[in-house]
Amino acid sequence: METMSPLERALRGLALTLVVVFFMFPIFWIFLMSFQTNETILAIPPSVIFTPTLSNYAALITGKLQTAAGTLDIAFMSNLGNSIFLSVASVAVSLVLGVPAAYAFARHKFRGSEDIAFTLLSFRFAPPLLVLLPLTQYFQWLGLSNTYFGLIWVYQLICLPLILWIVRGYFEDISADVEYAYRIAGHSWFATFRKIALPLAGPGIAAAGLLAFIFAWNNFVFALVLASADKQPVTVGALAFVTSSGIQYGQIAAAIVLSVTPTLALALYAQRYLVEGLSLGAVKG
Amino acid sequence: MASTETLRRPASGFRISRKMLPYVLSLPALLVCIGILIPFFTAVVYSFQRYRLSQPWSRQFNWGENYLNFFTDPAFWNTLKVSLLYAGITVTLELLLGLGIALLLQRRSAVNNFISIMLLLPLMIAPALAALMWKLMTNPSFGILSYLASLIGLNDFRWASSPDTALLTVVLVDIWVYTPFIMILLLAGLRSLPTQPFEAAALDGVPRSFVFFRITLPMLTPYILTATLFRLLDSIQQFDIIYAMTQGGPGNTLTVFQVEAYLNFFQSTNVGRSAALLIILWAITYTLSNVFIKNWLRLRERARGEA
Repeated sequence: METMSPLERALRGLALTLVVVFFMFPIFWIFLMSFQTNETILAIPPSVIFTPTLSNYAALITGKLQTAAGTLDIAFMSNLGNSIFLSVASVAVSLVLGVPAAYAFARHKFRGSEDIAFTLLSFRFAPPLLVLLPLTQYFQWLGLSNTYFGLIWVYQLICLPLILWIVRGYFEDISADVEYAYRIAGHSWFATFRKIALPLAGPGIAAAGLLAFIFAWNNFVFALVLASADKQPVTVGALAFVTSSGIQYGQIAAAIVLSVTPTLALALYAQRYLVEGLSLGAVKG
Repeated sequence: MASTETLRRPASGFRISRKMLPYVLSLPALLVCIGILIPFFTAVVYSFQRYRLSQPWSRQFNWGENYLNFFTDPAFWNTLKVSLLYAGITVTLELLLGLGIALLLQRRSAVNNFISIMLLLPLMIAPALAALMWKLMTNPSFGILSYLASLIGLNDFRWASSPDTALLTVVLVDIWVYTPFIMILLLAGLRSLPTQPFEAAALDGVPRSFVFFRITLPMLTPYILTATLFRLLDSIQQFDIIYAMTQGGPGNTLTVFQVEAYLNFFQSTNVGRSAALLIILWAITYTLSNVFIKNWLRLRERARGEA
């Protein structure tokens, strides 16, 4: 690349600074707010200089909120627990169902395989409410309303296409010759799958699992429609939190910080795989 | 080795024939999804019925009436208009911004790589929570953005609670969340382009605007198309940000397809209309996703080939 003039260099630097400020400032600001009391939050002009307090986090973690009207119970920690359980369980189920299917699609061009794979992919692009609204009635008949089982089942709509398409790509990248060689040595397909294909695709499977976890964690509409308060994840819980009385703004901020920390940490950890995952394997990172 | 192998195999000697194996492997995944296909057909049936949860006794087929009513229903045209406007504005701005940022970060360096990783963070925040963050920042009594607006003379700038600026506010949140998506896809695309054409152009002293419009942009087109269609499909269905921010309000300013369908179902309990709305949205996304899948498949083949 050719050398840049000092003016161009300065303009690029300025543009990048603006970009970083725009995208980072909200995270920074909410993080600061989570350590503030209502008095410092409401101060005008706003200031970044204040005595930090952990009282917001303490209130969330103990679930007891001291207000002028008395002590309030808040269920934020149970929302957080729901998020963890729903996401982990959904990804686990998705991996068990999706990895063998991905292997089948990658290794065997059987009749209808492309059609089936595309049907599964099309779930990624259908309006979720189209399925969710009728599902509320089916769930009532089946007794699945507001159960973890029902929610995890529906969460497969998010996780399964993701796992299937990403992992299929990783299996396709493995040369089939290695597997043939192992099979010719007299091993069953299952041993080949377990001893050769799975370890080789391992990093890809792990990355797909992490991404599916992030997507399950960030989901909002599924639980909004299908879960009541006791089963709701943080995305729905935090929203209900805003309208409840006696809540301090700093506590909302602290709830947001606690809710986004897991996905941000995982994203930083798995960032190498994000490009491939987000484009369902269409773009190599 | 061989002996452990025979141990692992089921003792009954039950073996899946080679032909059946792929079906057996993909069957569980399919069964789980078929359970979810049934509600889809139910939604089609609902959309041809007069069906209100508040008047279950009057439920009957009215065939195309829900759809025909849309033609004379200003609320429907408003939904269509707001949805297309929202999708159009967000995707256009995100594309321009994402392309700009990707170009700024194209050269591999420690600083650029660090920035590109940092910029992923908004994308990894749940859109509903991102909306909540911006809600706190635009709160009239303490929001930092309300304060900044007052500094430039916009006293009482009401962001999402005013019908004049609600669309602008949710678009801003959408841009904040999803621009990084376009940015990383285009950045990966830019960095995977072959270097020869650029070296040749530099040797010949070709002007940089020419290089950009005649070499970079055409070679980047498949990536741009994929990113755009991906975003378009999501954006026309946007629910989380809008619902979390304003619940479709104020009034009906932001009643996009999925928000309107949700409100129809749960508030006015008009199941028939809600289902018909979603079927129309599905028809739009289905058409778009067919275009999308063709283009995406080509790109995927290419990514595989280069890997």
